[in-house]
Order: sequence, then C-alpha cells, then structure tokens
Amino acid sequence: MSSCNVFAPSCHLQVFLANDSCHALYNLKAPPFMLPSPAKKQSSPFDRRRRASKAVAYFGLKPPPYQLDALEPHMSKKTVELHWGGHHRGYLENLNKALAKDDVLYSYTMDELITVTYNRGNPLPIFNNAAQVWNHDFFWESMQPGGGGIPELGLLDQIEKDFGSFTNFREKFVEAALTSFGSGWVWLVLKREEKHLAIVKTSNAFTPLIWDDIPIINLDVWEHAYYLDYKNERAKYVNAFMDHLVSWNTAMGRLARAEAFVNLGEPNIPVA
Amino acid sequence: MALRSLFSRKSLAGLSAASRTSSCLDSRALGLAGLSQSRGLKTASLPDLPYDYGALEPAISGDIMQLHHQKHHQTYVTNYNKALEQLHEATLKGDVGTVVKLQSAIKFNGGGHVNHSIFWKNLAPVREGGGEPPHGSLGWAIDTHFGSVEALIQKMNAEGAALQGSGWVWLGLDKETKKLVVDTTANQDPLVTKGATLIPLLGIDVWEHAYYLQYKNVRPDYLKNIWKVMNWKYAGEIYQQECP
Repeated sequence: MSSCNVFAPSCHLQVFLANDSCHALYNLKAPPFMLPSPAKKQSSPFDRRRRASKAVAYFGLKPPPYQLDALEPHMSKKTVELHWGGHHRGYLENLNKALAKDDVLYSYTMDELITVTYNRGNPLPIFNNAAQVWNHDFFWESMQPGGGGIPELGLLDQIEKDFGSFTNFREKFVEAALTSFGSGWVWLVLKREEKHLAIVKTSNAFTPLIWDDIPIINLDVWEHAYYLDYKNERAKYVNAFMDHLVSWNTAMGRLARAEAFVNLGEPNIPVA
Repeated sequence: MALRSLFSRKSLAGLSAASRTSSCLDSRALGLAGLSQSRGLKTASLPDLPYDYGALEPAISGDIMQLHHQKHHQTYVTNYNKALEQLHEATLKGDVGTVVKLQSAIKFNGGGHVNHSIFWKNLAPVREGGGEPPHGSLGWAIDTHFGSVEALIQKMNAEGAALQGSGWVWLGLDKETKKLVVDTTANQDPLVTKGATLIPLLGIDVWEHAYYLQYKNVRPDYLKNIWKVMNWKYAGEIYQQECP
C-alpha cells in the first residue's frame, strides 16, 4: 500500500507555545548558564517559565478558496458560514483537543491519522473528527464560484471511457446522492487497483482514503450541508452542485496528480 | 405496534385529504389504479398529528414540525409503499436478486415511518401535559433504574449529542427482563434492530432535519428543550401495558 498520498494535507500546522502560567513567548531551550544549581530547592518564577515553555503544533482551519458569499445563490453565505465556521471548525477543535491528550497520535500527518485511526474497520473516536476535517477541506476545494458545466481534456476522456458519457456519469452521481441513506458523502474516485473512475457513497465520516483510492471530487450530503437553503429537497441541492458549483478545474488538477501514481494507459502517440 | 393508530383524535382536515390524494396518486403512478389494497398489500399512510404544527413552540418551531411531518415523514411513507409494491412483484416472480436489493429501501423507509409515527405521539403541547414528569409505575421504574428523571434525561441527552451522523436515541423497555434501557439506533433503524425484545417508550429524532432550522448545529440545545414537550403520559401507558 502506497503511503504517500497524492494530496498535500490541506490543513496547515500552526505552532502554539503551550504556556500554562504566562502568555508571553519564551525561548524553547534555555542557555546553559541559566540552569538552576541542583542545590536550589525552592521554585523561583524563572523555573516556572522555563518548565512551561514547550512548543506544540496543532492543525489549523483552512478557509475555502473563495469568499463566503461567492457561492450564492446556490449555496448561501449563511450556509457556508455555519458549515465552515460551525461544523468544520467544531470537528477541528475536537480533533485538536483529542490530540492534546494523545501522545502517540499527536504529530501524525492528517492522512496518517485517518488511516491509523480507521483501525481496519473499527474506528477510534478521533477518526470521525480527523476524517471530517479532511472531507470538508476537500469539499470546499471541490467547489468554485461559477462552477458546474462539463470537464475538459483528460478528465472528460476518462469519464467518457469509464461511464460512457458525461451525461451518464452525471445521472449516476445524482442518483448516488439521492439514494444515500442518512448522513454521508458521495465521491468520484480513481480506483487505484482497478485503474478506473468510480462513484462511491460513504456514510458519516468515511472517506475513500481508507481504501487507498484517490478522490477526485466529493459532495457533502449530510443534511447540514443543504438544509438551510433547500430544506428537504436534496435533489435541488445536488443539481445545483452539478450545474453551478462543482469545480472541474480542481478535479482536473487532482486527476493529473493521480496519474503520477496510477497508470491509466499508454498515451496515443501518433506514428509519423 | 406504532402503526396501530393511523388515525388520531383531532385530524387536520386539509392534511388528511392531502394524504388520501397522495396515496391515490401513488397507486395511479404504479399503474394499479387503487388496486393495491385489494391485492392484500396493506400500504402505509401518513398519520395525522394530534396537535397543530405550532403547538410545540418554542421548543420546536412550527416550520420544523410542518416540514418534518409533511415532507420527511410523507417521503418515507411514499417510498416505503413504492418499495413494498416492488417487493411484492419481485416475490411473486421469484426474483430473489430484486427481493434482496429492496431490503435496504424497506428498512430505511419503513423504519422512518415506524419511528416518526412513534415520535409524533411522544410529543405533546404543554397545555396537554407535555413536559410533565412521569408518574405512576414508569416514574418509579425510572427512579429505580436511573436514580431520577433528571439522570435519565442527562444520559439520553449525552448519547443523543454523541451520536455521529443521523439516528435516534431511545428510552426502551425490554419486555423479557422488564428493565428500562437507553439506546441509540443509526439512520432510521427501529429500536427492535438493537434487540428483538425492546419496546420503544420514548424516541428523540437526532437527524439534523429535526432541529437544524431552529437550533442550527447546536444539537445539545435541541435535546435540552425537547423535554419541555415530552409526552410522558404516552410512555407511561405503554409501560403499564407491558408491566401491569
């Protein structure tokens, strides 16, 4: 199983200095001459400050690559604010809180976290938060203002090869989204072993990364993703996503990177 | 058990007409011209709410109640009936593949119908006793099993808040051991999927559609407030039936 993932984890690390007594920044390593003499028993303020300075690094919340109202009217600013600022941020904070207590998992990359905490089908509690952070980052980047339409170049070729036509793919994707019971996600993935594109439904936080497949786009079908804008009319939401929001540019880039890891066939080099 | 009362004391006239119309349309759409009943297939129908949509305010808004009942529950009923028809045909033809394929749709939509039918009866406006703590044998059983009603509420709220994705949190009665249990189910799985002897006394819908318009992503607030319109009387009646 290849351990290197095509996608750089999109959450950047922020470094915090964990200081339980003071708020100011201190050097990480105290110069030798400042070390207290062993005979000194009573604690001085200086000792406290030196013990307290320790660098810890947690994940940060990456904003969508467009303004919060840029997806109007298909996805309202209110929805993006609540979805990104409430749900996505909530998963991230819970993830960081859990990592603060876990010495083993702390300092893993996002992809490692997801694979390890998936625990071969018996996910640990941290899995939900880690996977949902990843899924939502991927989701915001899978959309763009003025999106929708039809992909081009290699992605279109591959879709036509694997689904017959773009129309058929679109139909299958919408059908998958509408027959997804409960909360979950719908994905267009490149299957690593089978070397072709496929539509995959996952429930709750699960992601094709756990099967080592390469996601190309995803669609959030948890109710919180569309309820404020569309109430129960999931079909309208999915169609709005396909017609106006999905970023085929991003998808094309992702497929191009995926081709570095999955051989999709020989290129057609014309013979002179 | 939940399906036994498909009619309620106070029916909203417009709603019952709408549900009759919609079930007629289903039959026509399936090309059966209303014959589904005569073939022995008892299809489901949307039960009326025993109270107005706005009667549970401010705990649950009228908008949510209307959407929840008229759209979500109605969709479960419609899709269950569709799947049931398809299952019937596949069974008659001996098409095992299709029979198996339809199981998830039946479980999901049928479960949704069962669960929501119980849910409407679990709620009551304050002026009709909603929120009044349980008396009698149920109250006594709760104190024995959980210590107090508050402890039970806390436990159910904790489990409801921790539930990932969509599902339900239940107060159930194990009719064999006569013990009260708190359990959760995923998606629209009815409580029996967690134990064949479990009878639901109270269920709380923690799907996002049950609270999102009013409480947004703050599920704990919804869970705190729903107890103000909880119909303990109904739960008490069911309990007394099983444990006289």
